[in-house]
Amino acid sequence: MLDAAPAFVAFERVQKSYDGENLVVKDLNLSMPKGEFLTMLGPSGSGKTTCLMMLAGFETATHGDILLDGVSINNIPPHKRGIGMVFQNYALFPHMTVAENLSFPLEVRKIGKSDREQKVKRALDMVQMGDFAGRRPAQLSGGQQQRIALARALVFEPELVLMDEPLGALDKQLRETLQFEITNLAHDLGITTVYVTHDQTEALTMSDRVAVFDDGRIQQLAPPDELYEKPQNSFVAQFIGENNTLDGVIEEIKGNTCIVKLDSGEIIDAVPVNVTKVGERTKVSIRPERVEFNRDRLHDDAHTLKAEVLEFIYMGDIFRTRLRVAGTDEFIIKTRNAPDQTRLKPGEIIEIGWLAEDCRALDA
Amino acid sequence: MTEVLAADGRPLKASLNRALRRQKLRALALIAPLLIFILVSFVMPIADMLFRSVENDIVSDTLPRTVEALDAWDSASGETPDEAVFQALYTDMALATEYKSHTRLGSRLNYELTGVSSLFRKTGRRVKRFDTDVYADAFRDASPAYADAAQWAEWMDDDALRDALPRTADAYDGWAKMIVEVDNDVPAEEEPWDFVYTALYNDVMTGAEPPVAVDLSGVEPVSLREQFVEIDKDWLDPNVWQTIKIYSPKYTNGYFLNSVDLQKGPDGAEARPESERIYVVLFIRTMIMSLSIMGMCVLLGYPIAWLLANLPDRTSNLLMILVLLPFWTSLLVRTSAWKVLLQQQGVINDTLVWIGLVADGDRLQLINNQTGTIIAMTHILLPFMILPLYSVMKTIPPSYLRAAKSLGATDWTAFWRVYFPQSVPGIGAGCILVFILSIGYYITPELVGGTKGVFISNRIAYHISFSLNWGLAAALGSILLAVVLILYWVYDRIVGIDNVKLGG
Ligand SMILES: Nc1ncnc2c1ncn2[C@@H]1O[C@H](COP(=O)(O)OP(=O)(O)OP(=O)(O)O)[C@@H](O)[C@H]1O
Ligand SMILES: [Mg+2]
Repeated sequence: MLDAAPAFVAFERVQKSYDGENLVVKDLNLSMPKGEFLTMLGPSGSGKTTCLMMLAGFETATHGDILLDGVSINNIPPHKRGIGMVFQNYALFPHMTVAENLSFPLEVRKIGKSDREQKVKRALDMVQMGDFAGRRPAQLSGGQQQRIALARALVFEPELVLMDEPLGALDKQLRETLQFEITNLAHDLGITTVYVTHDQTEALTMSDRVAVFDDGRIQQLAPPDELYEKPQNSFVAQFIGENNTLDGVIEEIKGNTCIVKLDSGEIIDAVPVNVTKVGERTKVSIRPERVEFNRDRLHDDAHTLKAEVLEFIYMGDIFRTRLRVAGTDEFIIKTRNAPDQTRLKPGEIIEIGWLAEDCRALDA
Repeated sequence: MTEVLAADGRPLKASLNRALRRQKLRALALIAPLLIFILVSFVMPIADMLFRSVENDIVSDTLPRTVEALDAWDSASGETPDEAVFQALYTDMALATEYKSHTRLGSRLNYELTGVSSLFRKTGRRVKRFDTDVYADAFRDASPAYADAAQWAEWMDDDALRDALPRTADAYDGWAKMIVEVDNDVPAEEEPWDFVYTALYNDVMTGAEPPVAVDLSGVEPVSLREQFVEIDKDWLDPNVWQTIKIYSPKYTNGYFLNSVDLQKGPDGAEARPESERIYVVLFIRTMIMSLSIMGMCVLLGYPIAWLLANLPDRTSNLLMILVLLPFWTSLLVRTSAWKVLLQQQGVINDTLVWIGLVADGDRLQLINNQTGTIIAMTHILLPFMILPLYSVMKTIPPSYLRAAKSLGATDWTAFWRVYFPQSVPGIGAGCILVFILSIGYYITPELVGGTKGVFISNRIAYHISFSLNWGLAAALGSILLAVVLILYWVYDRIVGIDNVKLGG
């Protein structure tokens, strides 16, 4: 276990197969301390929803244990798990008013009427929907429905809340507002949250930690900054943010630097991340904003590469320039739009370089 | 608020209406064929049926003079009407016989009083051979003018004479019309028939001056009443006359009264004799059995619809084919199959006896009673319940149930509080469909219902094709229609008709 804090939610060697032939989730290990906001991020079909459903109790794990507060919940039916859940399509009951929707979980818990009303009102106020108690879900906008769904998942004060792409159907601006509200609520109430999303910006901005899923496995589980700056493998590097890759072979490894011979013949320095031996093929990853072409700002000992400018795109706050470097046409650099910033012209030949620690040699 | 104006200065509303009118006309043209079809094949027959259930002009059309003469007769007196009525009846019957309308009238009145039909037929055969020829002979003997057809025509053109001889004029007009319409002859070339002379005689005897003076003192008066009674004593029966009088108005509520086991008496509606009451019982039975069938369909159809909506596609398609299978076999075949299954020596009884649940001696009576009708009709109407239910359930995402469970509801609570309310529109649609179809069904009850398991529609069919009492059939049908509309209204009040969904 990585964290010192005791695990509140834990997946231990969990596997899942729907058809008995393919494993949708392969050997999942994960532990979350209480109060953490964890996001599952990954491409479509990578098994995120499946994990969430196993946690909620709607799917059973084919193998392995899921623990909640130290107790295995494999045999506890969903309604006894006390886990709040927000669905992608909200799943607000259309035949009930907003207030009835919210009081439903309280009713099935046999909470008295006055108590119920008070809690419903508090939950509605919490999401700033106090005036909408009497409406039907169909009479609300998407964002309002989302708020109600959130309030309904929180009204019975669960310690764990699961959200499966709750903002998927909303437009960008509304999403940003709600992202902010959700994280604030989660932190204020101290609830543990598992959040599923497709959207990496959402994952990076909201979470304490992000679990990047691919192919039924967690590829990397780390706080957002670490995930971005120190991707553990080339999938994560590709998946999170924009990334330049150069193919090559390891020439030499010494401590925490290595020398890579690119396929085009150039030699560069890099940090070996998951390469182990000389002669291994590697993908070298460099973030576009870490590339420098201004001679004065380049370190003296930095390796430099020749580059031809192919395209210059003005994007307002930044400039995005596409270069031909070491045989690839897709090398991107990003520079801040500042008064002294050079605007490169297509056809220009420049020299680019970077700090060795920004350049990570990953698996091929 | 000031009126908003369009660019050309007209009110915006008017411009909008004008723009929409073309669209509306186009839409109307598209549905016109269907509209016309429905009008001709649906609305008009229903209107005709409603009309037939109260229409009753046959009596006053066939016996106009009798109906008029009966005005003066007190139907409660218990006495046979006087000679004047029989005189009118003589003229009417003589004409009706030629038109052959007396048999139709006989059948019509026979619905109300058995025996009238044969009375009219018998009278029709003999009315031409009454002894009234003595009057004709007397007139013709007195003056050859009375035997001259052209002379008669001339007299009957003379208004003064017509006024003096009202009965004669009336009888002659009826006769002349009949001669033209039935015999295709010219009245001015035909000698009038006996009943015209009889009318003339009666006019003269009441003091009128004949066109050519005659001495009738030697003529023995013929009592028409005696003549009719000679044909059949029933003409003395006040009930016959009462029936004619009660059913003489052009419109009657008699069919409707009949439909609810009442009848028209001299002082308005009265209950029918116990032994003749069948319709109220039948109506109630139709309702109760239709409700049972509907309930059975809900109970059996709901789980199947649920499976259909929630099983994986391949399995549910197979199930759907099984549900639709009954639609691909003829109704008669299916019903006959039930006969094979349900009869006392049938498959089900055999199996029960074999298992030992039922003794061979007292095999279950499953057919030719209400059980048979309910079983067979439930089977036949089940798809009409399943399909709307299925199409509604198909639109309920499984995430609702999951949401309910994640909120702490048990499986049952989640179903009852979340799934079931959302499927109610499907239940409503299925119930309306099944109920309305079943109260109008008659083939299946006819085949498997015996006498105890038939519906009101079987009686309607009987009156349409066997007893030919269309008026009564129409009244029964109208009541059925009204019941359906009332139930529909009640349903709308309780559940709300917008709450009915056949899909989507
Ligand atoms: N009920 C099911 N039966 C069979 N296979 C399933 C079922 N649900 C999901 N799968 C399969 O499991 C894999 C993972 O699905 P899952 O829904 O967990 O993906 P996801 O990461 O949530 O994707 P998305 O981002 O598109 O929601 C997919 O290949 C999917 O086809
Ligand atoms: Mg998913």
